[in-house]
Amino acid sequence: MFRSLHRGVAVATIAILVAAAGACSSSGKSGSSTAPVPGVTDTEVVVGTHTPLTGPAAAGYSKISAAAKAYFDYVNANGGVNGRKITYKIMDDGYNPATTQQVVRQLVLQDKVFAILNGLGTPTHTGVLDFLNTNKVPDLFVASGSLSWNQPKKYPYTFGYNPDYTIEGKILASYLKANFAGQKVCTFGQNDDFGADGLKGVQAVLGASGVTHSETYTVTNTNVGPAIAALKQAGCQVTVSFSVPGFTALAIGTAAQLGFKTQWVVSNVGADYATLAGLLKAAAGPLLEGVISDSYLPSVDDTSNGWISLFRRLNTQYNNNAPFDGNVEYGFSVAYLFVQALKAAGKNPTRQSIVDAVEKNGYSGPGLFKLRFSKDDHSGYGGLQMGKVQGGKQTLFGPVYTTDDGSGAVTESNSSPASPPDNGIPT
Amino acid sequence: MTTPRRVPTLVRHLAGAAVAAVVLFGLTYVLDPFRDYQLATAAAYLCAAAGLTVLIGLNGQLSLGHGALMAVGAYSVAMVQNQFGDHGVTAQWALVASLAAGVVAATLAGAVIGLAAARLRGPYLAGLTLVVAVALPAVTTVFSGTFHGDQGLSVYLPPVPDSLGADFPVERWQAWLALAAALLTLLVLANLVRGRLGRSMRAIRDNEVAASLAGIPVARVQVVAFVVSAACAGLGGGMFAVLAQSVSPDAFTLTLSLNLLLAVVVGGSGSLAGAVWGSLLLVLLRYWADELTGGLSLPAGLRTRLAGNLPLALFGLLLIVVMMAAPGGVQGLLSRAGRWVRGRLTGRPSHRAGLPAPDAEPPAPVASHT
Repeated sequence: MFRSLHRGVAVATIAILVAAAGACSSSGKSGSSTAPVPGVTDTEVVVGTHTPLTGPAAAGYSKISAAAKAYFDYVNANGGVNGRKITYKIMDDGYNPATTQQVVRQLVLQDKVFAILNGLGTPTHTGVLDFLNTNKVPDLFVASGSLSWNQPKKYPYTFGYNPDYTIEGKILASYLKANFAGQKVCTFGQNDDFGADGLKGVQAVLGASGVTHSETYTVTNTNVGPAIAALKQAGCQVTVSFSVPGFTALAIGTAAQLGFKTQWVVSNVGADYATLAGLLKAAAGPLLEGVISDSYLPSVDDTSNGWISLFRRLNTQYNNNAPFDGNVEYGFSVAYLFVQALKAAGKNPTRQSIVDAVEKNGYSGPGLFKLRFSKDDHSGYGGLQMGKVQGGKQTLFGPVYTTDDGSGAVTESNSSPASPPDNGIPT
Repeated sequence: MTTPRRVPTLVRHLAGAAVAAVVLFGLTYVLDPFRDYQLATAAAYLCAAAGLTVLIGLNGQLSLGHGALMAVGAYSVAMVQNQFGDHGVTAQWALVASLAAGVVAATLAGAVIGLAAARLRGPYLAGLTLVVAVALPAVTTVFSGTFHGDQGLSVYLPPVPDSLGADFPVERWQAWLALAAALLTLLVLANLVRGRLGRSMRAIRDNEVAASLAGIPVARVQVVAFVVSAACAGLGGGMFAVLAQSVSPDAFTLTLSLNLLLAVVVGGSGSLAGAVWGSLLLVLLRYWADELTGGLSLPAGLRTRLAGNLPLALFGLLLIVVMMAAPGGVQGLLSRAGRWVRGRLTGRPSHRAGLPAPDAEPPAPVASHT
């Protein structure tokens, strides 16, 4: 009796597997588009992204793609771009480079997306650069400040968005040189291009001897105690941190636990106040007070800024009224730039035409300083403003600084930021 | 006494491999590039799973660390290929040399672990290999100057040969490379399994003391079996590096080792065909789980939680079902189905498959108990 029961279950299992195989192989074939330009039909443009929705680096970043999707929903509700609605496929890679390989291939080879937009992460995206450029897929506005995206000869289809980490390091260091002269400066960075480029930028301004001590962390190891203890040992009075939000919170919290008092200066990547407050919970108020950071987008608490009020309004209507923080603002900003580029790509966009449109530049948006896109520069935003946390709010102060990746000096810019169009859709 | 085979084993296996090669060659043309890439990934898993199924099913050694051996192969291939790239070597044979280097490196690592574990049995061996699986990827962080830590290395690869044409999809070329590696692995293992080593391995698995009394050098065979499976894992890892064009420690976590074990068990432990089913299942199950979560309309939070975890849950469920209903795995089920069909066709009883057919030769005079 049991034998036939076992046999029955086994046969049923195999039957289900075979049926599922048949169903899925047929659905795979029917999904392919017959349009000459992949991802573009008369009514639709499909773009994809890879981003950490789960895992240790997901804190805050999961909101970026949701906000971008919300902006596309708004644009679609107003007729789309040249009559085409934008479909945004968001794939989770858990900040794991191996998973990024799989999902990006799925997006390009199976879902046949028009472009990859805002792929997130330095270690994750580095692995798919060759694949995307070999397949001539526009790789727009990578969500990272690594220098790897700015290689127009080697990777002509890849464009950055965030200011490069070396630029950020130089600007932070020159601010420290002017305002914290004579104090011991240390760095705490992610052990990949993010931390390494940031450190290089700091050393470019302060000199190699200007950085008393450097520590690194790995995303897979949440025990930063030894690193923070080493920084305390070195007597760091200012600590520049190139860390993602999860690890910024870990570092600040561990420092408080170890009684390590230092002036934290945090890269814009990991400095969003709302995200950090959510991680540090009750201790957020006292621990985050006075933390210095920088930003290339207006502060979310700046109620007088036209872009912030526009994005807040769209956030309420199209993003389920999610808490409005730096990540949501970032998502809206990237989506706005993509819509500008798609419009500039013409009535019948092709992969080449959108790449040309991005290189032509001339876009004005929420950024505090202009974008640096050109035929020879694929880097992204080039200017940052200093910010400080006071009374639970992140306020930006001072001028917008700008510099280059090389040995150029840090200068102040006096260009005034643009205002948003009335209906929030680029003309 | 059964009639002796007229065709030698090696020739039979070579013929089978040739037929399989032709069929797969045609298949890569029928499939679209994404399916070719999935086929290539399954072939890379197959290299490692085949070695592991021989180790677990035929030799009785349980290893939870083959993901780490794949990592050794992958990183070796990456570093050798990058050296070739730095010196401007773009020939295709360079890739073969790198893969060979990966196999050698994994063999050495396997020899070290195999020798260390020669006296260990059962859960103790599993524990040692578990430690290796967890600890080895951390080497990349400690020596981050050479191995670049979490970010990993990108792998320089020679481009698709020009003789194939400018429009040749790179995924088909990758599928060819991976399938060639998998066929080679299966060929070597099939011959080993049918030969003296295979018989010694089975003897040790069934009764170690009896095997030792019969003159089989138990420790040596155990180590050789481990080294052979490590070499296969190294080749599989090397193919991973070629397919992903990058290596990073996150690609070779403990989950990979456990997935290989799952593939072996669900496919059918001890049989090479079982390794094939298991590898296909590894690739397809994750894909189907993603399709499932994509097709349902779920609230966003639930969707993201499911996206990462549903494949694992399905795997676990499948393992439980297989353990209860069909311990021989998919291959066991297929063999039983095949015997049942044969029995119905020739009118012989099928449910006691161990018995000889009524008109076969009487059994040899030596008493044997089953």
